[in-house]
Order: sequence, then structure tokens, then C-alpha cells
Amino acid sequence: MDWATFLILFPLIPTVLLLFTKKNYEAQKWIVIISSILIIAGSIGLAIQQVGRGGDFYYINAHAVNGLVVFGDIIVALVFLYICRNLPYKKYWIPLLVVVQYGLVIFYDLTGRMPEMSRYIYIDNLTVIMGLVIAIVGCLIAIYAVGYMKKYHHHHHGIEDRSHQFISAIFLFFFAMFGIIFSNSVAWIYFFWEITTLCSFIMISYSRTEEAKNNAMRAVWMLLLGGLAFSFGIIYCADTLKSLDLQQILTMKKALVLVPILLFCFAGMNKAAQFPFGNWLLGAMVAPTPSSALLHSSTMVKAGVYLVIRCSPILQDTAAGAIVAIIGGVSFLAGAAIAISQRNSKKVLAYSTIANLGLIILCAGVGTPFTLSAALLLIIFHAVAKALMFISVGSVDNATYSQDIEDMYGMVSNMPMLAVVMVIGISGMFLAPFGMLISKMAVLEALATRSPLFPPIVIFGGSMMLFFWTKWMGHLIAVTNKVPPKLNKEIGIEWIGLAGLAILTIVTVIIYPLIGEWWVIPMYGQCPMFSENIELTIGIMIVMMILPPLSFLIHWKNLVYTEPYLSGVNLEDKTKFLSSLGTSKEWSFKNYYLEKYFSEGKLLKPTIIFTICLWVLMFFMENL
Amino acid sequence: MEIFSIILYIILAPVAGGIIAGADRIITARMQSRVGPPIMQPFYDVLKLFSKQNLVVNRFHVDYVLCFLIFTVISGGIFFGGGNLLLCIFALIVANVFLVLAAYCSNSPYTLIGAERELLQMLAAEPMLLLTAVALYNVTGTFDISDMLKTTHTPFLYIPGVFVALSYVLTIKLRKSPFDLSTSHHAHQELVKGLTTEMAGPSLGFFELAHWYETILLLGLIYLFFANMPIVGIIVALAIYFVEILIDNINARIKWELMLKSAWIVTLILGVGNLFVLYFLSL
Repeated sequence: MDWATFLILFPLIPTVLLLFTKKNYEAQKWIVIISSILIIAGSIGLAIQQVGRGGDFYYINAHAVNGLVVFGDIIVALVFLYICRNLPYKKYWIPLLVVVQYGLVIFYDLTGRMPEMSRYIYIDNLTVIMGLVIAIVGCLIAIYAVGYMKKYHHHHHGIEDRSHQFISAIFLFFFAMFGIIFSNSVAWIYFFWEITTLCSFIMISYSRTEEAKNNAMRAVWMLLLGGLAFSFGIIYCADTLKSLDLQQILTMKKALVLVPILLFCFAGMNKAAQFPFGNWLLGAMVAPTPSSALLHSSTMVKAGVYLVIRCSPILQDTAAGAIVAIIGGVSFLAGAAIAISQRNSKKVLAYSTIANLGLIILCAGVGTPFTLSAALLLIIFHAVAKALMFISVGSVDNATYSQDIEDMYGMVSNMPMLAVVMVIGISGMFLAPFGMLISKMAVLEALATRSPLFPPIVIFGGSMMLFFWTKWMGHLIAVTNKVPPKLNKEIGIEWIGLAGLAILTIVTVIIYPLIGEWWVIPMYGQCPMFSENIELTIGIMIVMMILPPLSFLIHWKNLVYTEPYLSGVNLEDKTKFLSSLGTSKEWSFKNYYLEKYFSEGKLLKPTIIFTICLWVLMFFMENL
Repeated sequence: MEIFSIILYIILAPVAGGIIAGADRIITARMQSRVGPPIMQPFYDVLKLFSKQNLVVNRFHVDYVLCFLIFTVISGGIFFGGGNLLLCIFALIVANVFLVLAAYCSNSPYTLIGAERELLQMLAAEPMLLLTAVALYNVTGTFDISDMLKTTHTPFLYIPGVFVALSYVLTIKLRKSPFDLSTSHHAHQELVKGLTTEMAGPSLGFFELAHWYETILLLGLIYLFFANMPIVGIIVALAIYFVEILIDNINARIKWELMLKSAWIVTLILGVGNLFVLYFLSL
């Protein structure tokens, strides 16, 4: 309880402090580092306290705090309306979304229609794992952001330096995320929920360009749709169920609570950028990279899947739950397929985020203890590896001013350390024995006995991921003969984030059996992926991970160096060949993007239409 | 897992794989009205490769090829040691990724096209391999190969569709025509030698060795369909290999689009369709 209060409230201190550090990078650096250490320590303290325990409720004197939450709701609503002030008239429906949802919630609050409750804070092992992910991954990104923003303004001259506000928003984000995971009152969750929407608006619109503003606005209205569903859910809970206690609601009869739970799931999947709402996450990539890293890995989208996982006991074995799983599956397939055709590294990452979240939603929708354990593993591994990928792409961008994967060809020759970090990140995303693959294997094992619909989805999506990750990795490790161009290679404090996450990617794989034993098994029970022979599992993981680097240390005797084969018309300059006209020509090579089959234009529209049908079906299903 | 059978696999698989490769060459030659080399020829070839100069385009190339070999052996070790079938297939995928990375690292145009095509081959074939594991799980109730072997009924009778579809993508995995897009044992290449263009001497030797290990592993996968009848299983595995040789000899190479489409359609209709039938029959 003390840890939880600390984790929720403490991030507000750096949030406020950072607002007074305009252009003072030194002060920003120390505030961020010290607060990060404290937040990480807090989350670890909480985790140790919860080892091997089930769920605990905490009671707090609610009246004062409840009043604060209502007051906070009013402030947030006003801020939303302020954001909408410059919108053209025909977009009247955006402020209308705000007015309707906040109007309802605040009206209920002020007229005393909200039922009383006493258990405001709930902590179980799901909360603990989410807390660790948010604190550790989030704080490493925050530290990275300090260094990154300095360089960002170095080569984006037209943009006013408001990096102190940006980093401050990151900590506000932590406040909201911790609020979401610890609260047991749906009204409280809603309050924090909308703050995350607000934070993402601040981050996406950071550069104040036309594109940034548009994308930020799109994110706001799409996320407000989720908020609207959430507020309807609250009203339903207050009116019909006479309870706002989420844990209590989850123990009620399925038929009774399915409507609000589906509304919450709608909000969750909307936040997790499942199709047809994937667009807001794709638009978010115009923001400075740390914010993408944050939105895509430890915060925001993870809040969405967290809520769906919370609700999954109700979804299990219902038709609506099956449709939730199918929506996740479709997002998984479509995200993975479209990522094949993308050249922009950030877009590849964005689509792969949608895909991986789809997989988590699929697990939550099926809702057996086994799939939920797999979903938890996916959350952990995905957060770490995806954050690492985003921040390394950000550093590449700062060095080469390009996000194009084709420009990363031969990176291992130019920026070897960064290339190694990225290879670790990509391996973390899809290669055995790294995390995402362990989880995918667990998902497959969990789903194999159930409907034959799900395993093929996982298998096909996974194969498509294999395709685009491998071709990206291949580009990184190509050893070119080209002279490296002059690069702005200096990476400072960002190394804390880069190295920290790279080490985490490896360490989480080695210790995942322990994570299972300490937190997952007490909650969801034993399942095959956490074998009883922990030492053996860890041993196999380490051996598989160490073998490739070891083979690079082999000292081959009698290597004879030669030129690549160019049909016998090699020239002195290794990048050129003798053409049939007798002139020298440079050869070049680009990856396959298979745009004929996997382009956005081909796949996006059908996916959106199909998923909209599924969403509609989801709500009608329970009436059938 | 059985340490003994893993060691046995590591020693015997290349011998068996080499003999199969030798028989392959003789049968192919007979189909083309030639006499063909002696059955031990593949061994002579590989031994000679190891005595040659180690020609490389850069320092790392041979390391990636070695990793390809190591992970293929690991994958086979998991299989013949009675381990988890999914883990075995994932290890095989890792091995394949290392092969592609070796090609990328060489910075040679022919090899790079070979790498892209190898990726396409993986995209076409991997779904069916994993689906086979799921199908075998549905029949035997386990992913552990040691337990699969104890089954009392013949998996083939329940999942014939999966068997046919697996045989279809086996042509891709064994690098046989018409699906030998990334590289092949024959000389008629618009790609020179594709993926293997820059491999010479010992590194080409590693590649050949890994291919033998892989062949034995894939035939083992076929065997699992007749896990309760060892002799029938071995005969069917060899018969399937013969059919692959026949297909290799009567087909010309096709384009990647046809390969990908046909492999996925076969996987979806025969593989997934079979799973659905099984599911509804058992309801």
C-alpha cells in the first residue's frame, strides 16, 4: 500500500520540477536520473513485498481523495476543451465527445449517484508486473529522452525548445499509468485513463508542425471514443450494478456484467490500437522518438491490454470473448502483413506493435490461465525489446538523419555498437531463445487444444514477422566495402537507456522462469512453459544465447580474402562493375517489400471494414 | 532428453544424410539416362571441400555459416533427443535465419537475392512446419517427441491432409526444383549459386553438412506420422524422399509468387482444413 501510494504520487514531483528547467539540461538530467532511481526502487520494493502472494485490497479514507478525483475530472475536461479551441466548425463532434462523457460522469459524481465503495486500491501480481515494466522500461526511456531531446533540437532548428515540458509529460504519464494499475474504482481508472490521452496529445503535437497537430488531434478523438465507452461503462455500473468496485464486478454473474465489461474492453482495445483504431498509433510516430518508445512499449498501449486482461475472467468462454480474441488475431495478422511492405523503420515498429498487442488481446480474449500467463510474458518481453528498438532507431536518426531501413545497410561497419544493440533488440522480437519467441511458443501451446482457428493465426502472423525482422537485421549486419560517410556518431547519456534495455532484453530471458515462479504461478497456476526444472531451462537459454557470439571469437586460420562475385567484371572500386558498354557502374541492392501483396493500400481498408463488423458483432453477440 | 540418442544423431545423421544424398544423385542420374557417381561421392566432395583454401569475402561470413550448422544440429538434437517439437522447429528457424544473415553479410548481389528468396521460402514453408506440430499435438496430446513415439494410434490416419501439405512444403525445405529458388544443387542458375555463391572451401562444406543434418530431421518429421509403426514410418519417409527426387526432375523452377501462393493455399486448405475436420469430429 505504501509503495503504491508512493509510486502514484511521487512522479508528480519531477513533473512539476521539470517545468522550471527550460533549457537547463544539467538540471533536467539530474532530476530525471534521481527520480528514475526512486521510481524503479519503489516498483522493486512493491514486487518483493508481493512475491508469492495473491491479491490484496487496501482501504483508504476515500471522501477527500474522491473529491480530488472529481475535481481532477473537471480540470481534465476543461483542458480537453481548451485543446479543441482552434478546431474548424465542422469538427464540432470532437468537443462534443468530451462534453458528453465528462458531462455524464461529473453529473453522476456531483448528484451523488455514484455508489459508495471502500476498496480503492487493489494490488495483485498482475499489478506488480505492470508496475515493474512501467517503472524500469519507462524510466530508462526517460533518461534516454534527456540526451535525445538535446540532439533533436540540434538538428531541428525551427522547433522551439520545450524539452522540459516534454520530459515533464513523461513523468505525468508515469503518474497516470501507476494510477490505472493500482486503482480498483472504475471512476478512478477513468480519471487516470484520460490523463494518458492528454499526455499523448502533448507528446505527439510537440513539434507544432501541421502534420504533428493533425496526428495529435486524430489520436485525441480516437482515444476519446474509448473514453466515451468507458464513461458509459461507469454509468452502467453505477446505475444497474450499484458498484464501482472492479474486483467486485468481476465476481458477479457473467450475464449481468458483460455489457460494462465489453465497454471497458472496447476502451482497452482502442487504447491498445487494435484495428480499426490502429491509425492513432501510426500517426504518433511524428513525435520525437522517446515518446514513440514510451507509447509503444511500457505505457499507453500497455494500459489498454492491462484493462482487457483484468476483464478476461468475464470474457472466458463467452461468444463476445471469442470475438475479442478474433479482433486481436486480425490485428496481429494485418499488422504483421503490412509491416512487410514498410521501409520506414518507425512504421515497421508501429505495425509490429499493433500486431504484438493483437496477440496479447487474443490471449486475453481466450482467457484461460495458461493463455493469460503467456500474455503476461508477452507484455514483459515486448515492452523491453520494443523500447530498445525505438530508442536505437532514434539514435540512428540523430546520427544519419534518416529513418529509412535501406539507409541502415552496412550499419555494423559504421556504427558497430549501435548495430549490435539493434541486433539484440530485433533478436528479442522474434528469434529463439529470446523472449517474444518463448511467449509465442507458449501461446501456441496454450491454444493448440482449443478451437483450430487460433493456432493458424499465430503461426501465419509469426512467419510474416520472421520475414520483415530478418531482412531488417540482414541490412544491419551487412559488411560493406563502402567508406563510411561522416556521421554525427556521438551518443552520450542515451547509452544508459540503450545499454540498459539491451541488457534487460537478455536478462529477462534468463530469469523468466523465476518471474514465473515468483509472480505468475501464484496468480494463474502452474503451466507447461514454466517447467519445474528451472536450472535446466536457464542453462539451455544461456547456451543458445552464448553460442553465436562465441563462434565469432573463433580465430580461423588461413582465411583468404576475396572479392564478391560480380560475374567476373569486378573493378578496382569494389562497389562498381564493368557494364556491357565498357563503363563502370555501381551495383546496389534493395530489400523486397512485396508491395503487390502486402501494401497499406491493399490491406488497410479491408482490415478496417472487417474489424468494424467484428466490433459491432461483439456487442450484439451477448444478446443472441 | 536422451543424451545417448543425441550423440547417436550427431554421429550418424551426416552418414545417413550423405548416403541419401549419394543415392539421390544416382537416382537422378538414372532418371536422366546417366550412370551417375558412386554412392559415396558426396563424402568425397565434402572431404575435399575441407581440404581447400578458405576463401571468404569478409571475416564474419564463415561464422554465420557455422552458426547455421550448429543450430541445425541443435534442432536435430532436440528432435532425436525426444524434446519439444515446437522448440525443435523454432531452433530450425534460427538456423535458417543464420543462413540468411550469412548471405546478407557477404555484400554480394547474387547472394543478396538468394537471401531474399530464402526468406520467401521460409515465409512459404514455416507455417506448415509449425502447423504439423499443432496437428500432431491434437492427435497425440503432447508436444514432446518422446511421448509422441508412445502413441498407440497412427497419427497419419487422423491427419492425412496435414501429411500431404507437409510433403508439399518439404520440396521447399529440401531445396528441390520447382522450389529451389534461393540455391540448388544443379548448375542451371540465373542466380549463379544464389545464397551459396560466396561460400567456398570449408564454409561450403559446413553448408553441405548442415543440409544432411536437416534432411534427416525433416524425414524424421515424416516418420512421426507413423510413430507407432517404425518400419512403415521409415519406408514412407524414404518413399517421400523418392517422390521429392521425382518432382525435382520433372519440374522447372517457378517464380516466387507461385511458390508462396501455392504453399499457403495448400497449408490453409489441407493443413488448417484437416484441423477443423478433426475438431468437429471430436466435438
